[in-house]
This record gives sequence, structure tokens and C-alpha cells, in this order.
Amino acid sequence: MSEERPSGRKKYLIGRLWKYLSRHGFLIAAAMLCMLSGNILALWGPKLSGSAIDAMGAGGGSVDFPRVFYYVGLMAAFYVASGILSYILSLLMIRLSRKVIYRMRKDVFDRLSVLPVGFFDKYQTGDIISVISYDIDTVNQSFSNDLLQVLQSAVIVVFSLVMMLTIAPVLVLVFAVTIPLSVVFTLFITKRVRPLFRKRSKKLGELNGFVEEMIGGQKTTKAYGREKEVVSRFDVKNREAVDAYNKAEYYGTLTGPSVNFINNISMVLVSVFGALTYLNGGIGLGDISSFVQYSRKFSGPINEVANIIGELQSAFAAAERVFRLIDELPEKPDAQTARVLNDIYGDVCAENVSFGYTPEKPVIRDFSMHAEKGSLVAIVGPTGAGKTTIVNLLMRFYDADSGSIRVDGKDIYNVTRSSLRGAYSMVLQDTWLFHGTIFDNIAYGKENATMEEVVRAAKAAKIHDYIVSLPEGYQTVLSDNGVNISKGQKQLLTIARAMMLDCRMLILDEATSNVDTRTEKQIQEAMRELMKDKTCFVIAHRLSTVQNADNILVIRGGRIEEQGKHDELIAKGGFYSKLYYAQFETY
Amino acid sequence: MRDIMKYIRPFFGYISVTLTIKFIASVAELLIPSLLAYIIDDVVPTGEASGVFIWGGVMALCAVTALLGNVIANRMAAKSAGGITEHIRHDLFSKITFLSSSQLDGFTVPSAVSRLTTDTYNLNQLFARMQRIGVRGPILLIGGIAVTLVMDPGLTLVMIATLPLIALLVYFVTVKSVPMYTKQQGILDSMVRVVQENITGARVIKALSKTEYERKRYDRVNNDLADMEQRVGSVMAVTNPGSTLILNIGLTLVVAVGAFRMDAGLTSPGVIIAFINYFTIILNAMLGVTRIFVMWSKGQASAKRIAQVLGAPEELTEQPGGGTEDESHIRFDNVSFSYEKAGDNLSHVSFSVGRGQTLGIIGATGSGKSTIVNLLMRFYDADTGRIFIGGRDIRTIPAKELRGKFGVVFQNDFLFADTIRENIRYFRDISESSLEEAARTAGAAEFIESVGGMDYRLSARGNNLSGGQKQRLLIARALAADPEILILDDASSALDYRTDACLRRELASRLEGTTKVIVAQRVSSLKGADLILVLEGGKTAGWGTHSQLMQSCPIYREIAESQMGTAGEVDFDE
Repeated sequence: MSEERPSGRKKYLIGRLWKYLSRHGFLIAAAMLCMLSGNILALWGPKLSGSAIDAMGAGGGSVDFPRVFYYVGLMAAFYVASGILSYILSLLMIRLSRKVIYRMRKDVFDRLSVLPVGFFDKYQTGDIISVISYDIDTVNQSFSNDLLQVLQSAVIVVFSLVMMLTIAPVLVLVFAVTIPLSVVFTLFITKRVRPLFRKRSKKLGELNGFVEEMIGGQKTTKAYGREKEVVSRFDVKNREAVDAYNKAEYYGTLTGPSVNFINNISMVLVSVFGALTYLNGGIGLGDISSFVQYSRKFSGPINEVANIIGELQSAFAAAERVFRLIDELPEKPDAQTARVLNDIYGDVCAENVSFGYTPEKPVIRDFSMHAEKGSLVAIVGPTGAGKTTIVNLLMRFYDADSGSIRVDGKDIYNVTRSSLRGAYSMVLQDTWLFHGTIFDNIAYGKENATMEEVVRAAKAAKIHDYIVSLPEGYQTVLSDNGVNISKGQKQLLTIARAMMLDCRMLILDEATSNVDTRTEKQIQEAMRELMKDKTCFVIAHRLSTVQNADNILVIRGGRIEEQGKHDELIAKGGFYSKLYYAQFETY
Repeated sequence: MRDIMKYIRPFFGYISVTLTIKFIASVAELLIPSLLAYIIDDVVPTGEASGVFIWGGVMALCAVTALLGNVIANRMAAKSAGGITEHIRHDLFSKITFLSSSQLDGFTVPSAVSRLTTDTYNLNQLFARMQRIGVRGPILLIGGIAVTLVMDPGLTLVMIATLPLIALLVYFVTVKSVPMYTKQQGILDSMVRVVQENITGARVIKALSKTEYERKRYDRVNNDLADMEQRVGSVMAVTNPGSTLILNIGLTLVVAVGAFRMDAGLTSPGVIIAFINYFTIILNAMLGVTRIFVMWSKGQASAKRIAQVLGAPEELTEQPGGGTEDESHIRFDNVSFSYEKAGDNLSHVSFSVGRGQTLGIIGATGSGKSTIVNLLMRFYDADTGRIFIGGRDIRTIPAKELRGKFGVVFQNDFLFADTIRENIRYFRDISESSLEEAARTAGAAEFIESVGGMDYRLSARGNNLSGGQKQRLLIARALAADPEILILDDASSALDYRTDACLRRELASRLEGTTKVIVAQRVSSLKGADLILVLEGGKTAGWGTHSQLMQSCPIYREIAESQMGTAGEVDFDE
């Protein structure tokens, strides 16, 4: 999809969008039918009113009432029928767009759910959400409205032209002037306006970004008394946004008046030539009336298409973003030969594992370790040394570039992902809770969990007392702005969640970093219970947590610098002992 | 809207010119069908082709006038709308920047942001469109009716009879659809929340193999949303075919009634033809006017939200009063405070710290540590009790002077999309050498070097840095202006022990004269402090040096032992 071949890209997008529509062939056919018949009925109106006027003669008692009423009756019938048809058409289109938008949102979400976690590390949540809400909406709006409009315009133009030709072929020559005029104008305006509108959106986006950042950091600004400076920064962005707006509007506002102008000019020409033709006896007054009405209808859509082209442009851009997301590569599917990992014993072993998030920047190099069943492995090291990466590899959130990892002697690349991940329970530093009751949040990992089980887990995590102190107890709904729940309490809930699971292996990634030390001490018993008989991987800043480990891996710059028991490492006087003593330093 | 008027007032002259031009253009446009009628009824019967050309020329002139007038007026409208919006945005942004913390808590940050972005944008659109169609619509509507009344009052009455029907239709559709829109917005919010949760919780969901469950959860909201959209759409879909139908029926009636009047010699064919043309103009104007109402009500909602912020009273004003000599630098005198004014977050806290000393604050989550920082910097005013800096009640110190004393790193402090230099400088007037010095002291110099120097651009919220790197930059920011008081609120939690220890060493040696307030969860970060305040549930649970507290304060001892191992300092502290 390179820039040089925009037409190829557009074709490709239309093809993919068509796939969403073509599933509903019946709906589309019905809509087409309604659209055609509704429009043609409505378009018959001017012709009929013209005939009615002709039937009135020159007035003053010469009116042929039966004929007039015949035409008036037909007009009313045609208009009512066309009104009903166009309402049905709207309903059909709404139904169609409901199906398409549902499908598209589903496709995006389904893809999101199989994407590797690395994707979410790379992209901002706001970006992804704007695809699923705003972009899909834009595409849908455009394709249900604009597409219809284009087709409708085509019908109107063709029909009006035919009618005008039957009424007065000579007068049609007028459009030999106005049509080229509108085409030239349309080309001119779209070419000018498109980059200007793009810039306008960009500048507005920048302004909004700045606002979001600076209001979020308002306290910091106040702390340094920099309100005035920040406001003057804002003014610059504000100015730019307004300038871009004005520039875009400068050309953008040409469209409306110009459309009207071209309409008016057609009318002038039709009047003049119509009158001249009438003088020569070539045409009736009713004909002029119908002709003028058709000419208005005829020139309207041609200019409208110019507007629609602009809208389609933004719809294409949105569709591109939607499809780019749908096309993201999912996690590699499980190997054909992958088996389900069951009857787990809990022996984990890594050999010569190397890995980098990007090929040019390896994070883990030649990493080996062996964790026996029920042992406690601690992973320590400075920030950014690769501790969390090891967890990512163990649980196959990422696949290693080389080397092998085995659970109970089975290569983890040869078992199903879900069974591998199911073998671990996990408590992470960032406390993830969802909008739902406390009960649901704790029971999340275990299907059909009973209240007793949940309460037992909550008690063990020392969060039960807090929960029952809430008016709704376990049925309290956790929401962003509802209950005031602290970070530490959130963490205890995630610990309770992990306690619900019965796994042979456990990963604690800074699991108690948000819990203050006193509470941590209180839940130590529970943590010990949680860790009992399990092979545990513990990442921690606080060295007190890791002192009892069977094996401490000291990671530095992606390699294991040292490994061994606490006492051995202290005695060795290496990097670990330096880290350890640093905490007792008084300045 | 009334509060917004004062922004429009300076543009009154300009807008009046715009509207006058618009008026002329609209009148010119309005004349065209009349001229057509005149040609057919009065010029054609004379049989003179030259008359046709002359009046045709007049019509063309009207068309050109309409074009020029409309284009000029539209451009002017865009310009004044942009100008008005620029002023509103400026005032709104600076108001929000100056809001007190409790006021901003009240509005919430996302809402403040959306008022500045979405709502000002709505107003901008409103101002521009109101000038564009706000004049043209009514003029065409009233003018069209006036002209037709002159031409043939009888037929005009037939036409006018249909207008209330259209208004009624639009009114009912609006009344019915607005609450549905609100509901739809709510469902959309839930959908966004599910997606958000799935993104932030990707690891947990995968680890627990809940992908299928989440898909179902999403499918439910997706279905609800699609259903609601369909329902709203079906209601809205009545408007267009409905009003077109009403109009066309009116048109049919005009032709029918016209026949009788023709028969009675009351009207002429040219009039009926012109009438049909006016009818279309009036219909479009009518639709335009109803659209203005919708826009106006939407704009009004936005104007209200903006005015709410602009009208927020000024809080935390400075009070008169002098200072007394005081040997302590910071003094809390029996201070109590509650954020929600129910249940104290801090109660009866007193302490004092001398110039150049280090105060450590420790305690459980929610024990009131950050509240002390908030009160000391006067983001909030204490409910009872007083706080002194250098012997002066902080409420008597001008905000600028007060805040100028501090260098601070908040819990969850923020970095923004700009260069590292600008992030440390933070819009202050600080020399390059001081910036570098601050970066060195904060232990940030090394990594700044490795990413390519002070000109390295951070992405939004500094997401291209690790947690530890971010904290070091924030500390550098706090140090850069050589503050009188340095506050670090849990500012080294992402640093490992070694880096943390280095930092403490640097602070001790380079900032001797600075009073330091360090809030932390690790005892090791505070051990060397001159005085340590232990908080528990907003109350003072201990006060003294590390060794005193180890003796006297059971909570402190418990924290220390749990962190350093039971063997603790006896074995390792040498």
C-alpha cells in the first residue's frame, strides 16, 4: 500500500468494504429497488405539475378541471408512494448498517483478543479505542449514507436529463455550459481543500493533545508557578489551530454559494432561452415550469458529489486504520503437533534462551536456569535488566528467538498456549480489575466459583474485612469513579484472585509493590500458603522478600550475572551483595 | 449562553457587516424566481426578445451578487467564529490552569479536557454556521413568504399551512430521539470500557484463558449498541421522508387551489410557476431553520459546560498578615483536613523541621502522607490548624512566592511530549548549566547521554522511557531551580536500592541548605533523615529519628523489620 499507487489502494479498500456489504445481498437488492422506484415516482412530480398547469390554459374560466384534478391526484399519489418508499429505504439502510457496523466491531475485537501482548505494549490504548469507536463509525456513516447518495444522485441526474430531453431538447443545451463549469469547479475545490482540511484536523489534534497533557499535569504546573508560561504555550497552539481552521474554511465555504450560483445561472439561461423558445411557439408555459424544476434537480447532485468525495476521503482513511488493525499478525497458532499440557509436576527449565523485542536489541542473552518442583526462584536486578521479560517468555507472551524452555521436560513450544498458561497463576505489579462486582473480579479465573471459595480467598488475602465493610459487600461494583479503593486494596484483590486458582506454578511480578509493608507482613502467611508446593518465580525490588529463595537469579543487562542462595551470594561479594547493602546505607 | 455573549461582543461590528452582506446576498437570491415570473408573465407577452435578454441579465446579476456576497460573508463568518473561539479557549484553558486542586477534582480531568476540546469545537461550529445559515434561513423563509404573499395571498396561505406540520414533525422526532441519544452514548461508554479493560488486562486475560469469555462480554455490549443505534436511526429516519412528503403535498395543494384561482381569473400561470419555485426555497429554508434549533440546543449545552468552569470562584486567595521570627523552617500546628469534608484524612498533626534538615514521612497506603504535601504546598487549605513556613502562615504568602520555594516530585508526576531539556526546565528560566547539574545530581546524566542528549524527544507521558528513568528526570526537574524546600513524594519507588542510595548520597552532599521532605514506603530511603514522621490513619503514630523510632514506635519497627529481614541492621549495618 505505497503512496505512489493511491488508485490501487482505493480499489483494494473498496473491495474489502464490499465484502462486508455483500453478505447482505438481499437487503441491498431491496434497498436498490426502493431507491429506484421511490426516486422515479418523486421525479415524476414536476412533469405532472407542468401538465396540470398546461391544463389550466390561459386562465379566466378556461381551466379544464377534470384534467387538472387527474394530474393533481396523480401527483399526490406519486408523492405519498415515494415518501413511503423512501422511509422503507431508510429503514433498510439502517438495518444494513447495523449489521455491517456490528460485524466490523466484532472483527476488530476478535483480532484484538488474539494479538500478542506485545501489541498492547506498543500502541496507546486511546489509539486502539478510537479505531473501534470513531473510525468504524466514520466508515459506516459514509458507506450507508454517501454510497446511497451517490446512487440516488445518479438516478436523479439520468432521470432529470431524460425528462428535460423529452420536454425541450434545445433547452438542454444550457447544460453544455453549466456542467463543464461545475466539473472544473469541483476539481479545483477538492484539490485545494483536501490538504487544508487535513492540516486543520492535524492542528486541532495537536491542540487537544497538548490540553490533555497539561491539564493532567496541572498540579505540577502550579507547583512550579508556571501557569502563565503554559498558557502562552497553549496560545501558540491555539493560534495555529485557528489559522488552519480559517485557511480551510476560506476555500471550504466556497462550495455552498457556488452550488447555488451554478443552479441560479442554469435557471437564468433556462428562463431566457425558454422564453425565447416560447416566443417562437416551440414550447408551452407548463413545460418551462417542469423544465426549471428538473434543471434544479439536475444540477444539485452534480455538485453534491463534490462534497461526498471529500467525505469518502476521510472514510477511506478511517477504513485503512480499521483494516490495518484487523490485519495485525495474531499470536502464532499452536503447532499442529501441540499437545495439551496436563498432570503438571512443576519442573521448569530454560536453556540458552535469547530474546529481543526488536531483533537489533537483544534483551535476554543466553539465559539458562532450572527450577525444580516446589522451589522458589527469585529474579532480582536493576530496572530495565529484563526481569519482566523472563516472565513474558515463561508464559509465552513472547516466543524466544533461540534456545528452549521446558515444563516437565516438554518443550513449551510444543504444547497448547492455553494449557501452558493455565499451569501458572500470576500476580502482577499492575493491578488489573474490570468493571464488575468484587465477587466477579475475585472469581474471574475460576468458573462456577462458589461464594465460600471467594470468601476464603479474600480472607486469606486479608481483604475480606474491607469488603464486608462496604455497603454492598461482595456485590459492590468496581468502577472508575465509584468506590474509593486504594491501589493497595486493588492489589490484595488480585492476590485473592490468584488464590482461587489451583496451579503448580506461580509467578509474582512485584506482586506486593503497592501494598505497604505492614499489610504485606500481614498477608505473608497467606502468600506462603499461596506459594506452598508450587514452583514460584518471584520478581521483587525488596530484597527481604527474596532472601528465602532456593535460587536467586541476579539479572544484569540481559544476562544472569550470578545465581545461588542468599548466603552464597552475599559471601561471594558480587553485584547482589552490593545491591543488598545499598538498602542499609544512610546517605 | 449569557456568559459567552461577552466574547461575541467585541466582534459585533464585524458580525454586523457580515450579516448585512449576507442579507444583500439572500435578497438577491430571493429575487431570481420573481424575475422568472416577471419574464414569463410580463415580458414574454410583449413579444420583445430584447426585454427577455435585459431581464435575463438582471437575473444573472442577482446570481453573481448572491455568489460574491455569500462567499465573502461565509469567509468573514469563519474568521469571526475562529476569533471568538480562540478567546474562549484561551480564557478557559487559563482558568483551568489556575483552578484550585479541589475545584479540578470536582470537574475531573477528563471532563475539563472534553470541555476544552469538544465543547469549544461545538461552539466554533455554532458561531460559524449561525452566521451562515442563521441569517440566510430566516431571510429566505420570511422573504419567501412575503414575496409570495404579494404575488398571491390565497396560494401563500395554502403553503404556510404545511409549515407547522413540518415543525411539529421535527419537534416530535427531536423530543423522542434526544433521550435515546443519551442512552446510546452510555452504551458506547460501556463498550469503550470493555475494550479498554481488554487492552490493559491483556496479560491477565490470556494467562487465565478468558479470551472466549471476554469475547462474549464484548459481543453483548456490541449487540446492545448496534440495537440502540438501529432504534435511534429508525426514529430519526422519519424526518426526511416525512417533511419532504408534507412539502410535496403542499405543492400539490398549491397546484389544485391554483387551478380554481386561475379559473376565477385571480392568478396567472407565471405566478404558479414562480410559486412552485419559491415553495422549494421556503421548504429548504424551513429545514435549515429547524437545523439551527438543533444546533443551538447542542451549542447551548456546550456553552453551559464552559460557563460552569469560567464561573468557578477564585479559591485559596491570599490573606493579610505578617510573619514572626521562627527558628523552624516548616511547622504544622495541629492540622486537620478532609478531602470530602467527611472523615478526616489528616487529624491533629503537628511537627516542625529546621532549615536544611531532612524530614521523612512513612506510613501505610492512605495514611495521609501525600495529604501533608498537598497542604504544605497549599493545593488545599487545612480545615483547622495552621501551617507555617519560615514563621509565616502559608495563607499569607502570595501563591507565586509560596510555590517558588519548592522543588517537588509528586506521586505519579508527569512528563510531556517535548525534549528532555524542556521537561527538566518546565517553562522556567534556568540556565543550561543548572539543568545539567540537576540531571547529574538526579543520576539522570548517564542515560540522557545514552539516548542522545538533552534534545531527545519524549513521547506522550514519557512512554519511551523506563519507570526509573522517568523518576530520575522528574527529580532533576525538582532540583533544577535550586529550591528552598525539596519534596519527593514516593519519587524513588521505581529505582532499585543502589540507584536510590546513590541519589540519597548526592542529595545530602549537594543540597546542604535545602530542607528536604521525603515521603517513602521504604525505611532504607528514610533511615538517614533527621526526623521521621510515622503516620497511621491520618494521625501521628511516631516522631523522631530512626534509632529513636526503632525503640519507641512499634509500627515503625515492624515496617523496618519486615523490609530488612528480622536480622535487620544488627548484622549488616556496619
